[in-house]
Amino acid sequence: MTLGQGWTLSGMTTHTAIEIRGLTKSFSDKVVLAGVDLDVPVGHVVALLGSNGAGKTTVVRILSTLLRPDGGSALVGGADVTSDPARVRESISLTGQFAAVDEALTGRENLVLIAQLRHVPNAQDVADRLLARFSLTEAADRKAATYSGGMRRRLDIAMSLIGDPPVLFLDEPTTGLDPQARIEVWETVKQLAEAGTTVLLTTQYLDEAEHLADRIAILHQGRIIADGTLAELKALFPPATREYVEKQPSLEEIFLAIIGSPNAERTATTATTAITTSTSEAHR
Amino acid sequence: MSTHVIHDTTILTKRSLRHILRSPDTILTTAITPIAMLLLFVYVLGGAIATGGTIPAATPGRSGRGAYVDYLLPGILLVTVASGIAYTAFRLFTDVSTGIFERFHSMPIARSALLWGHVLTSIVANLISLVLVTGVALLIGFRSSAGILNWLAVAGLLLMFTLALTWLAVIPGLTATSVDGVSGFSYPLIFLPFISSAFVPTDGMPTPVRWFADHQPVTPIVNTLRHLMADQPVGNDGWIAVAWCVALLVVAYAAAMATYRRKLA
Repeated sequence: MTLGQGWTLSGMTTHTAIEIRGLTKSFSDKVVLAGVDLDVPVGHVVALLGSNGAGKTTVVRILSTLLRPDGGSALVGGADVTSDPARVRESISLTGQFAAVDEALTGRENLVLIAQLRHVPNAQDVADRLLARFSLTEAADRKAATYSGGMRRRLDIAMSLIGDPPVLFLDEPTTGLDPQARIEVWETVKQLAEAGTTVLLTTQYLDEAEHLADRIAILHQGRIIADGTLAELKALFPPATREYVEKQPSLEEIFLAIIGSPNAERTATTATTAITTSTSEAHR
Repeated sequence: MSTHVIHDTTILTKRSLRHILRSPDTILTTAITPIAMLLLFVYVLGGAIATGGTIPAATPGRSGRGAYVDYLLPGILLVTVASGIAYTAFRLFTDVSTGIFERFHSMPIARSALLWGHVLTSIVANLISLVLVTGVALLIGFRSSAGILNWLAVAGLLLMFTLALTWLAVIPGLTATSVDGVSGFSYPLIFLPFISSAFVPTDGMPTPVRWFADHQPVTPIVNTLRHLMADQPVGNDGWIAVAWCVALLVVAYAAAMATYRRKLA
């Protein structure tokens, strides 16, 4: 079932950043993609949701010209990934599943390296600006090997933004991060979306998709089995019934409330309220 | 397009040279194995080998320990290169396994630049180790009567040998699945000089071993280097050595590029 149909019909190709049709890929005799169709409109954040091994990474690798599909087609910024990979690479940036930073270089050197390879003028200035934007200025001249998981991920994403690529692939950007770092990454993605960057992100966390994406596509057994906005997906289910459930804070909310993370002010407040409520209920 | 390749190769070579500067221990460990071998052969085994009278002086008139150092150095230099390229494979493997290789691949970078950056770095790193090892050899009595032209020829042959072995090292660098697999491939290369004219003349070896020693690439390369350093006529060994290096280079380059393309597909 494809809920994006209406959009595809009305949308013009120039408004589509990514257009995937009937994409197939098998590894030896294991079918990973069995005909994937997906459109990502320009400036949208689309989450590709699926369990481990569903083929999310395979989709991203094909779109970023690292892997050849067996069949079907994929256009990124109007260029075909198989016949015109060089043009595709001009308009994309990939943040892979594991923060791909050069550990022997400092944060600043990593950024300057990418800026030079992308032929961006004033590589030093670009690096400085990104360091400030990702709160890495203090750590700028330390080797990336000494960075925490969250800092590495921020540096990784900062490196991806150099040269302002219009399309960004984020493959499980928060896997393996602690809750605080996860929220930092979320904030970054939101800022990107506001700046008009098209983002295709893969995730196995439902809340992440719900939090970040304008549209959600669910990849299951090699196909997109649902695709639409959260509201559209919710509409697939029977109308909500009203039930009263005692709200318990999640462990994440408790964790963030206790460490007093400024990033999590809102979440923290919810958590505190929740704790108060449950305490008063307990008194009764 | 070609300026693109040069620009990208320069940037990536600088990056990987910086890795070497940050961990100079990789060059020291590269040089330590051949230096240890040099000292072992000269001071421990050398006495017995040299008094056996089996080592012909490379330079007429030289005798004793000095003559054996002269005899030994070319083979030790080849061992230096063989142990040096293990790090080339290791650096490439690190790029592949940390995902930085994929990052570069998804960027508009000339693809050949990625490998050439590592290859050029390998040449610089090996050059430094070769100079270090030659320096130690000079300290313990190595002397050469050869002029600048001969030494240029020595450098040229060593460069071709390094280039051939470097492209060979690219293959495990791209395909290995573990660090052990990466470093393991260089052991047979380090061992190869032992069954050649590098440490003792092949005359005294049993026929099958001698046949192998005389027909494997290390022997003509070592003989050529030795004759060049001693300012003696090189003879047929010169052409055979160059032919071996070119053939190895062509095969290793083709195999490395085929591996690379398969990796990209």
